[in-house]
Parts: sequence; C-alpha cells; structure tokens
Amino acid sequence: MNRLLIFIFFTFFSFKAFALIEVDITRGNLNPLPIAVSPLSIDENSRKQFEKKLKKKNIGSEISIVVEKNLKTSGLFNPLNKDAFLQAPDIANLKPRFEDWNLIKAQALITGKVSYVDDKLRVEFRLWDVLAGKEMMALAFTTVPNNWRRVGHIITDKVYERLTGEKGYFDTRIIYVAEEGPKTRRIKKLAIMDQDGENNKFLTLGNELVLTPRFNPTSQMVTYLSYFRNLPRVYLLDIETGMQEVVGDFPGMTFAPRFSPNGKKIIMSFAKDGNSDIYTMDLENRIVEKITNHPSIDTSPSYSPDGKYICFNSDRSGYQQIYIMKSDGSNVKRISFGKGLYGTPVWSPRGDLIAFTKLHKGKFYIGVMRTDGSGERLLTENFYQEAPSWSPNGRVLIFYRETKTDSKGEGFSAKLWSIDLTGYNERLVSTPTDASDPSWSSLLSN
Amino acid sequence: MNRNIIISSALHVALIMITAVSLPFLAKKPIDLPPIVSIELIQITDKTNIPFAPKAKKTIEKIKEKEKKLVSEQAPPKKVKKIKPDAVPMPKDDVKKVEKIKEDKQNPEKIDDEVKQVSEFEKDELFDPNNIAALIDKSKEETADTVKKTDKVTQDQQKSVSTTGLSLSEEDALKAQIFGCWSIPLGLPYNENLLVRIKLQLKPDGTVVQSEILDHARMNKPGQGFYKVLAESALRAIKLCQPLRVPTTGYERWKELQLNFDAREMLEG
Repeated sequence: MNRLLIFIFFTFFSFKAFALIEVDITRGNLNPLPIAVSPLSIDENSRKQFEKKLKKKNIGSEISIVVEKNLKTSGLFNPLNKDAFLQAPDIANLKPRFEDWNLIKAQALITGKVSYVDDKLRVEFRLWDVLAGKEMMALAFTTVPNNWRRVGHIITDKVYERLTGEKGYFDTRIIYVAEEGPKTRRIKKLAIMDQDGENNKFLTLGNELVLTPRFNPTSQMVTYLSYFRNLPRVYLLDIETGMQEVVGDFPGMTFAPRFSPNGKKIIMSFAKDGNSDIYTMDLENRIVEKITNHPSIDTSPSYSPDGKYICFNSDRSGYQQIYIMKSDGSNVKRISFGKGLYGTPVWSPRGDLIAFTKLHKGKFYIGVMRTDGSGERLLTENFYQEAPSWSPNGRVLIFYRETKTDSKGEGFSAKLWSIDLTGYNERLVSTPTDASDPSWSSLLSN
Repeated sequence: MNRNIIISSALHVALIMITAVSLPFLAKKPIDLPPIVSIELIQITDKTNIPFAPKAKKTIEKIKEKEKKLVSEQAPPKKVKKIKPDAVPMPKDDVKKVEKIKEDKQNPEKIDDEVKQVSEFEKDELFDPNNIAALIDKSKEETADTVKKTDKVTQDQQKSVSTTGLSLSEEDALKAQIFGCWSIPLGLPYNENLLVRIKLQLKPDGTVVQSEILDHARMNKPGQGFYKVLAESALRAIKLCQPLRVPTTGYERWKELQLNFDAREMLEG
C-alpha cells in the first residue's frame, strides 16, 4: 500500500519551480582595453636632481611614455590621449576621481610617483580598476637613476600580467645579426637592444661572419655560430660579463645551435660524412651525442619547454617537413602535412604551439601549429621572411624579412618585424642597420 | 468492507488533490500573445557611407602613415670601439652595471643597481580581502525597497508569460549588448577551463543590484591567476553594460539571472 502511495506521489505530484535563467556569453570584443597612463608625479626637488643627472626635464613623464608605448605596441591596450585627462597626476596618485576617468572611457588607470631618495630613483605606481573603483595593484621600486627605462618596462610587465593573466615580455632584450654593405659583401655583427629598439649596442666587430645567435632561456648567455678561418665554430657569450668561449669547431656545414630549456646543453645539426644529423653537446663535460641517425637532412632542432621533446625539420619524406621526437631521438613523428615546405620550427615557451617558416608557391609565410600538427595558422605572408623567435611569454614572434633587389641590384634590405598570435598586430622593429636572425631573451627581472 | 471503503475514499481524495496541485494549467487563463519586442531603428547617415575608391585610398594611406609613426623608435648607431679580435666589446658602463646586478643577487644587503621591488602593498596573491569584497556589489541595500514595490506590479504580468526562460529574441538582445562590452583578455591560456559563471540580481530597469561570482573560490587558487583576470573582465563588462537590455515584462522571471562567460570559443579562434 505504502509503495503504491509513494508511486502515485512521485508520478503525478510535481512542484512548480522557477529555474535560474542562464545566458551563455561566448563572444566578446577583441578591441584593445582603453587604459589611461597618468604621468608619474614628481616633486620639484627630485625633478631638479634627475634633470641634472639624466638630462631629462621630467623623468616622471618619460617613464610614463615608456609604459604607454609598450602597452600600445602590445596591441592589447589602447592608451588614451593625455590631453583628455581631467585629474592632475599628483592627486590622481592619491585617490583617483573615478567619475572623471570613466568619462573618458578608461577602464584601467595607472598612476604613480617618482622621488629622489639617497641618490636613487624610487618609483611607486598603482593600477586602478576604473569601473569597479578599486585598486588592483600597488608596487614600488628603487634603482640607480640610469635604469629608468627598465623601470618603465617592469611597470608594463606588472600591468600586463595583472590585466591579461600572462607574464609580460617588456623587460627583455633582443640579440640579432646587424648587416651592412652590399648584398654580395655583407658585414655581419652581433648586436643587442632592448625589446623596444632602444639601447642598441654592437657586440662583435664584423671581422668574422656571425650567424644564428640564440639566448639561453635561463640566463643572459648567448650561443652563436661564427666562421674562424673558414671553419664554423660555435661560441658561448655571456652578455653580463662580456666573456666569450669557443664550444667547439665543427667541420662541414653546421646550423643553428640552440640551448636546451635548462641551459645545460646545446642542440644543433651538423654534417658529418656528407649527412646532416642532430647532435647535442653537454656544456659541462663537452660530450657530443648523436640524436638522429637517418640518411636524410635533419636540421633546425628546438626543445619543448619541458625538455622532453625536440622538434626539427627533415626531408625524410621527400620534402622538407616538421617532425617531433623524444629528446633521446626515439618516436619520430611527422606533424606537418600541408602543401609546401616547412622549416625553422621553434617550440613556444608556453609549450602549446610550434612556430615555423613555410614556403609555398614562391611565397614565405610565418605560421604556428599545435604540437600535434593540428590548427595550422599562417600569420604573415611575404616575398622572403624566416627565423621566427618567441617572446618569453609565447605571445609574440620576432622574425626578419628581406625585400627584393631591383634590376640594378639595389633596394635590398633586411629588417626585423614582430607579429602577435592574432596575426593582426604586425610591426617593424626599427634598427640602425639592416638586421636578421633575431632571438628574444627571457625576462631580465626574474 | 469498511476498510476497503476507507482506502478507496482516501485514494480518491488523494487523486483529486494531486490533480488540483499538479495540473495548474487547468486554472490558467488562455495563453496571451507574447510581449512585443521593440526594434531599434537606426537612421543611416552620410557619415556611415563608404567613400568611393580614390577617397578611400587616401584615407587608408593616412592611417598607414600614422601607424608608421608608432613603430618603435631607435637611437642612432653608435661608433664601435676597436677591441682585440675574438673578444667582445661591451660598453664599459654596461659591464659595470651588469656585474653589480650579479653581486646583488649574491649579497642581498647591496641593493645598488638592481631594480628592487620593495613594496609592500600586494605580494600575497593567495588571499586578498579587497578582491572578495569587490565581488559583491554593495549597492544591494539601497534597492531593496524598489524590488519589493516592483514585485506587486509584475505579479500579474508573470502569470501571462512562460516561466521557462527568456525568449530567443530577448536572449539575443541581452547577448548582443554584453558581447559589445566584454573585452576578452587575449593572454589567457585557451586549453584551460575558461568559464566564469556570474549570478546577477537585477532591478526592473536592468541595473545590477548584486553580482556574485559562483566559483569565487577559484579566484585565489594558486596557478589560477588567469581565472581572476577573466572574472574581473566579466565583471567590468557587466558594469560597462548597465542597465542591461532586459525584457520590459516578466520581471519575476529574470530578476535573478546567471551569465556564463566562456572565452574558449574566441581564444581558440
């Protein structure tokens, strides 16, 4: 009987209830976030001191300009015009009037203060969420006055990380090959600059041909290839001390030495007995290990960030394609299957993508694909471009592009360009001379 | 015999009660027509007309010129000092600077050259009372009375409208509005769970009384920094969009609303 009653109850009796309405928001706009970068306020005494030391009239404004420029070039932020700001920098730093910043459609606001303390530069800065009316971050830095540009880069990194959820890439440097002279007799020097193109310095004299400089992901160390008495030699260069050492002479064609993720090995390809294979060298004991053993041409190796896999290109299928394998050389698997030739694969520091150069129907493309070869996206197309190198956060690629020479053999140029993963934010990175083979450093302030 | 009659009548009474409660549609009035959804008419003015080709070309060239100016500027080339072959020339001051930085790493008392973070305000990401407080909009107290009043008004309306949710056009209007307000942070890892669920309490005019992130425990979890960024962007979108484009009728249905912000589709491309 009881069972019958329970059955009837559950079969027919139903409560009338309001379910919570759910609305799925699966799209948004990809417009850059409007951000106001208020000039950093500075007291009169500090301003005079810095003017004397740095020959800059208002160092607070100069730092804010560095931040603003960085944010603009990232393509993710839209720094608003300073002329529209209603609040003075010194008052805004204490307590912004959010209505005023709301009025100019700012969604985030950076304020700050610069002071001269014991011969040092002290910078405080705050990031505000204008719509929520709250402080998101507040930090202070001290350094020698000459480091003022780096302070701007570090502030940008902090803001970028807080607002996008990933680490920034602004307090970094780029090493590249500076080129001068006619195409047939190029003088090539190693050069280094900040990621925004400032502080350009040459590291070699140009007596020898230098190629493919690559940063160590864990320190300010560089490996590169140079020809000494027409023999390819792999060098290590410590940017911090200027010390340089020869890793070894490698007869035959040697290509693109690159560090392992922990910086303890270098991986490269060189031709032995007419066959090009991939080798690693332990930098502590200088033991060379052969990783691939195949009659085809295997070149351009690059480690995954966890060091467990290596991507490289090989013509073992008849055409140059991208392959991955375990770091001991086992489990070789082809991942690129599109039309055309694929080269210079580089594993992203985030580990999710591999950047490459593709040649198809006479045009060069820089693109990315997932590590299993799916989701190939071509980011940019041109007459000749190659050698992509990742920013340390895996969002931006820097590469070089050459222009055609005309019928008189003139008009040739090689320049550095950067593009982000959206493929829309392509920018020329201006250098004093022609430039090629760029490599991006890790964050200096880690 | 009596026992059977009692059981029979009890069952009959139970059936009648069940019918009365569970079949409310019998008591309902005939279905009314759904509320009219207004259409916003936009006058196309001259400003939106696309200029003819030569004019457009000029405009594009102007924009390109502007963009060129934004490309990073560069210091002029510097003269290179002659240094022994096979050695690496480094500007003296730079070497000094770098050496000092190295010293600093080893001796924490010397803090000369390295850019040091000395503060102070926000180092511990694990717990931040400000953030939790920010999740709950404090404006709810002011509006409690208004909600009560409007309840009376909408009770009649509610009877005539379906209780299952928003109609397609109502939902589309709301979605379209929020799409425009939500700036998706592009740096998010697209292979993670990028779903933020926000429960809203709304006034009849669409302004938000309270917003609550349903998985707010995730906000302060280590390694989930991207979730905090995403949640904050969603809250900004809601604030920016206020008042929300809600239906003019049926307040009881949507006075509480859940928005599921999902960035995966956009980021995966």
